[in-house]
Formats: sequence, structure tokens, C-alpha cells
Amino acid sequence: MSKFRMHLLVCGGTGCRASESSLIGESLKRELEEKGLGNEVQVIMTGCFGFCEKGPVVKVMPDNTFYVQVKPEDAAVIVAEHVIKGRPVQRLLYVDPKTREHITDSKHMGFYRKQIRIALRNCGFINPENIDEYIAREGYAALGKCLSELSPADVIDTMKKSGLRGRGGAGFPAGLKWEIASRNKADQKYVVCNADEGDPGAFMDRSVLEGDPHSVLEAMAICGFAIGASKGLIYIRAEYPLAIDRLKIAIRQAREYGLLGNNIFGSDFSFDIDLRYGAGAFVCGEETALIHSMEGMRGEPTNKPPFPAESGFLGKPTNVNNVETFASVPVIINKGWEWFSSIGTEKSKGTKVFALAGKINNVGLIEVPMGTTLREIIFEIGGGIKNGKKFKAVQTGGPSGGCLTEEHLDTPIDFDNLLAVGSMMGSGGMIVMDEDDCMVSIAKYFLEFTVEESCGKCAPCRIGNKRLHELLTHITKGNGTMADLDRLKNMSNVIKDTSLCGLGQSSPNPVLSTMNNFWNEYVAHVTDKRCPAGSCRDLMRYTIEVDKCVGCTACARGCPVNAITGERKGPHFIDQEKCIKCGACFDKCKFGAVLIN
Amino acid sequence: MSSIKIELRQEDLDKIHEICDSFDNEPLELINVLHRTQEHFGYLPAEVQEAIAAKLNISTAQVYGVVTFYSFFTMTPKGKHPISICMGTACYVRGAEKVLDEFRKELSIQVGQTTADGKFSLSSLRCVGACGLAPVVLVGEKTYGRVAPDDVKAILKEYE
Repeated sequence: MSKFRMHLLVCGGTGCRASESSLIGESLKRELEEKGLGNEVQVIMTGCFGFCEKGPVVKVMPDNTFYVQVKPEDAAVIVAEHVIKGRPVQRLLYVDPKTREHITDSKHMGFYRKQIRIALRNCGFINPENIDEYIAREGYAALGKCLSELSPADVIDTMKKSGLRGRGGAGFPAGLKWEIASRNKADQKYVVCNADEGDPGAFMDRSVLEGDPHSVLEAMAICGFAIGASKGLIYIRAEYPLAIDRLKIAIRQAREYGLLGNNIFGSDFSFDIDLRYGAGAFVCGEETALIHSMEGMRGEPTNKPPFPAESGFLGKPTNVNNVETFASVPVIINKGWEWFSSIGTEKSKGTKVFALAGKINNVGLIEVPMGTTLREIIFEIGGGIKNGKKFKAVQTGGPSGGCLTEEHLDTPIDFDNLLAVGSMMGSGGMIVMDEDDCMVSIAKYFLEFTVEESCGKCAPCRIGNKRLHELLTHITKGNGTMADLDRLKNMSNVIKDTSLCGLGQSSPNPVLSTMNNFWNEYVAHVTDKRCPAGSCRDLMRYTIEVDKCVGCTACARGCPVNAITGERKGPHFIDQEKCIKCGACFDKCKFGAVLIN
Repeated sequence: MSSIKIELRQEDLDKIHEICDSFDNEPLELINVLHRTQEHFGYLPAEVQEAIAAKLNISTAQVYGVVTFYSFFTMTPKGKHPISICMGTACYVRGAEKVLDEFRKELSIQVGQTTADGKFSLSSLRCVGACGLAPVVLVGEKTYGRVAPDDVKAILKEYE
């Protein structure tokens, strides 16, 4: 990299590519060639920078200038002004929403200030399709250290002392998992990377795979060395074509460099990795279901024990970790467990990646130390609620998690604290909601997801969740009673207690947590037949305010069911019996005379 | 198994056999076989599943069980321009449902269906990972971000 005086890093993550960032890269290259700078300045397509809200993002190194919402036609001005004259292009800089200041260096942006990047350390820095760039940032040094200086027991010891817990959801200590797998004797063992990220609204695993695939390959090899496995498998969603391509390239390059294959670094350790494709089933995130899917079967979970560490893929001892867990491993080996365990809280060490989305100003991917509060994440890093609305709730842990409220904002986030307040870490999805979101509808949305994704093997999950969804639909249509609320709660607890796998055991969490935290909202739906957030269509009542109505007839003409009557230039009325609550009159009225309550 | 009856030509059968052979006719590779076959045919009708089962020496029920388990596999042909609306949580809270309703209305089809002229098919999917652009709509390979119900007509027009 040294022969270039300057690097232009263009985000090639999924979000930015959807906004044609590859065209930006091409335009920049063309401009540089035209100006004869092709040998001085290099354009690199990187992985995700995380700041998806303001994408596409272009970063200029070494001065760390951060351009947001760049368009392909901006390439000319970036080259002419910044590259040639050394003047940052003011209009492409990020503007701090509070101070209105233009911020040049990304280090000073609120979004990045509180972040510590371990799993995402290389995302947005290196070209993921070039192994040399990974190696230049200490890549494969950890594997080398393991093979030349450490014994498998040392590696496991380091992992245990680091306190790293599985980032896939449940937070099981990774070192302990490795130790159990290492103790089981077998002629063949497997290391599996769970890259079947199915949680709607979470995209950290994909970003790691797209932005830094080698970190996962290296960690899997380290795990193989530690537990005595020579074969690795990555189970990845077929819906992630870009991540698949980059993994294929990375595996090929690692083999060419002798970093995968036989006798790695001249040692007697051999390890190779293959890809297995998922086909869209959320339950396959559960490790026994994932293993069945890899064996070409329906992804249905089985009872544990036996745990995969004893009998997993093809009946052999198998260690399954998720992408983000693996991505943290090489750093722990390189920098030591003391360093890693100095970050975070007492029982949750290190950092966690969150996908911040929903009604928040800075949608994106962030990595913060465990113990950071929701307030810091939402209001400092996330820049607060969109359109100046009021914060209502944040949903963590996806379909298995719960909704947290204002009172939880100052809770330090870690595995145990989230469980204690009725949610969970999950894979790290964080969806922010404002006053317009109805909590009953949100619970219904997640149940709809669970019903669709339940594999159907055990009755509590297959039938119970369907009943929960029916009850919630009933309530949002205004047909619920107080007895339904009791039923909802009881059934939720039964499903939690009796389901076979983690999916069913956690699927009622969105219902229970919204009932706990927003009980009044449920009551309003059943007793007053009213949706306080104004989002349940069947509970809306459209009326026309006589004083404001000028009798223009626009509403009556727009009504698809002729529910509105009235004389021209006289006040109009809505027949509530006929009204289907489509909202057409509200949209048509130019005088604000149509009211919703 | 499905209402559509098709007749497999010899070349179709050859292709299926070629795909199965490339995975050594190994039943463990069933999902990979199905991925490759769907890539080729665009969907997995009953007759294709029967041919795969015979070649891999497993029951048709097992193949059908796997095809219907995973949402990525489909037994109905997709339209020339498949439309997918992201219903991930981020898109949902930013109004994806209204966008989906608008597509339903404009095309007069439900999710999982294809228009009579075979031009468009409609599906919902969970999170494409572009949450910054929510709500997101995919038409074929092209991504549309921050889609409002009012944009739907214009998007469809691009493909007329």
C-alpha cells in the first residue's frame, strides 16, 4: 500500500452498493487516470463503514476525511479539489445536526466517537478481496502465533480467560465450548461458522463477511487447531450473494498462500474450509437445526443433549460459533486476553456490534464496549429520534427479544442485564420506535414472523404461536376483551416453558415485554377500542370537523365506498357504518377538516 | 403436489442428472442440488423434484419436504421481473406494509403470486441488510431505497 500517497476508500457494503457506490469507485478511477494520478492515488472498494444512513460513504486516507451521500458525479470535484489541491470538499462533509458544523475527520463525528471496533476492525479499511491488505493489518499473525508458540490447551485457556461469550444470541462462553469439543475424541471433528443471519433488521454478520472475510477464516483455523479439527464449514444464507463471493475469493487466496490446506506454516496442522448454503429458514440459527440443514435435511432442531460438541455434523464432535464471535478471536490472540477482558462489564467482556435501525437519525452498524447504555447508543451515536419525535421503545434481540422503554435507557447493556429486564442480546438488532408505533402491532409483527418461521416440529411453538398471533390480530381489530389479555399472558408462559428449542422458548418475549411495559396500551385496545399510537387501522375513526369543512366535495369524490355525504359548499359527514377506514378522505382534504381519533 | 403440470424434455432431465452428478449423487448435498437446479429452471416443479429424488435414490417426499421447508425454494415460476419487498423490522417500522399494499393493489396479485402475463411476481423477504435505505424494494437485482407508496406506480412503469 505504501507506494500510493493517498487512498480513496469507497464503501462497497450492501447498503452503499444499493446506492450505486460501485459507480462512484469507477468514476473516481477514471478521473484519476485522466489526470495522470493513477499511480499516486489508489481507489479501494472496502466493506461497510457502518454509517449507512448517510451512504454512500467515501473516506480519504491518510487524512481521514469522511464524505457522505456521495454521488458518481461528485468524483470529479473530489479529485480536482481534494486530491490535487488538498482542499476537502465542504458540501460533501458530514454536518453535525446540533452545531451545524462541517466535520472533516470521522473521529470527531458523534456516530464514531464512542465506538471501539474489534469485530469490525477492518471493515471500511481494507479491500476484502485482497489477502495482502488483511495480512498488512496483522492478519494471520494470530494463527501463526498459535501454531508456533502455543499449544491447543494454551489457546483454549486464552479464550476462556478472555471472557468472550457467543455473539449469536445466548452468550455461551466461547472458550468453554471449545474446551468441551476438544475433550471429545474422534477421528474427525468439525468447526462450523454460523452465518445464517436470519434476524430481521440485523446485518452485522453479513458486514463482517463482506468487509473482512479473512478474519473469520483465520479464527476458524485457530479453533480447528484448538479442538483438533481439520475441517471447517461456513453455513451461509443463499440470500447473501456478495458475502458468498467474497468468502470464495478469500478461501481461494488463503489456500494459495498456504494459510489453509495441508501443513499450515510448515506445521503438522492441516485445515480447510468449505461453504454450505442455507435456504431461508430462521430456525437454522439454532445449532442442531443448522447441522441438519447442512446434512441436506429439513432444518429441524433436536433435543440437547447430545450437544453438537459430542455429536454434531455427521455424528462427529462439532463446534459451532457465529461470525461475530469468530471475528473477535484473532485480536484476542494477538493482543492477549488481559486486554480483551479489560473492556466491557464484569460478566460480558469485549464489545458488541449492533445494527441500529428504525426511527433513528443515524441508521447503521456500530460496535461499542459492553456496558454502554441505551441512551448513549440511541441519542449520542444514533443521533436521536427521526423528525424530532419522541422516543417510545427500543426492540433488542429481534423476534426473540423484547421492547425496552424510557426507564431502561440508562441500563448498561450486556447479556445479563438485558435478560434481567425481559429482553435479550440476540444477535444485536436494535430497532428504535417512536410515539407513532403501536406496541400491540409490533408484538403482532414479530409473532407473524415466528409463525412463518416455526419449523412445526413441536406443538407449543407450532400451534401456540399461531394462537398468540390470532389473539393479537383480534385485539388490533378491536374485538379483544380483558380475558384475552389473560389468555395471551398464560399462553405465552406455557410456550416459553414447553417449546423444544430456543425459537419457541423465546418467541413470546415480544408479547410479554410489551405487555409488561405498555399494559395501558393493551387495555386501551380492548376496553376503549382505541389505538393510542393511531396505527391500528380498524380502531381509527374518521370524522369531519364541521367548522373547517368548506364543502369542496373532494373527500366524497375520493371515498371508494361512498360513505361521505353532504351538499356542495355545505358540511360533509362520514357514515361510520360504511367507512372502511382507508384514509382516502384524510389524504384528499386540503383544509385539515378530516380528523382521526 | 402442484397445480402446474409440466413435461420434462430429455435435455431437462440431462441437466438435472448433470447437476446431481456434479455432487456425486450424494443425498447430503440435496440443498446444494436444489439451489443449482432452481438457478437453472427458475423454480422447482413437482416433476423436477421427482427426477432429483430418483437420481439421488431418496424418496420424493424427502425432496418435497426440504423444498417446502425453506423459503428460498419455490414451486411456482417467478415473473420476468420479480419484486421483493423487505419486511425486516427496520423496513416494517418505516412503512413497508403500506408499500406492499400498494404493489398488491397495482398488480392485483397477492404475495407469492405472479401476474397473468408472467411479467411481475410479488414476494416479501426478511431484511436485505440495507436498513439505512428502509423501506427497501428489490426488482430483479435492482434496489430501490426509501420507497413510499406513491413511488410504486413510477417503479412499475420502468419495466413496461
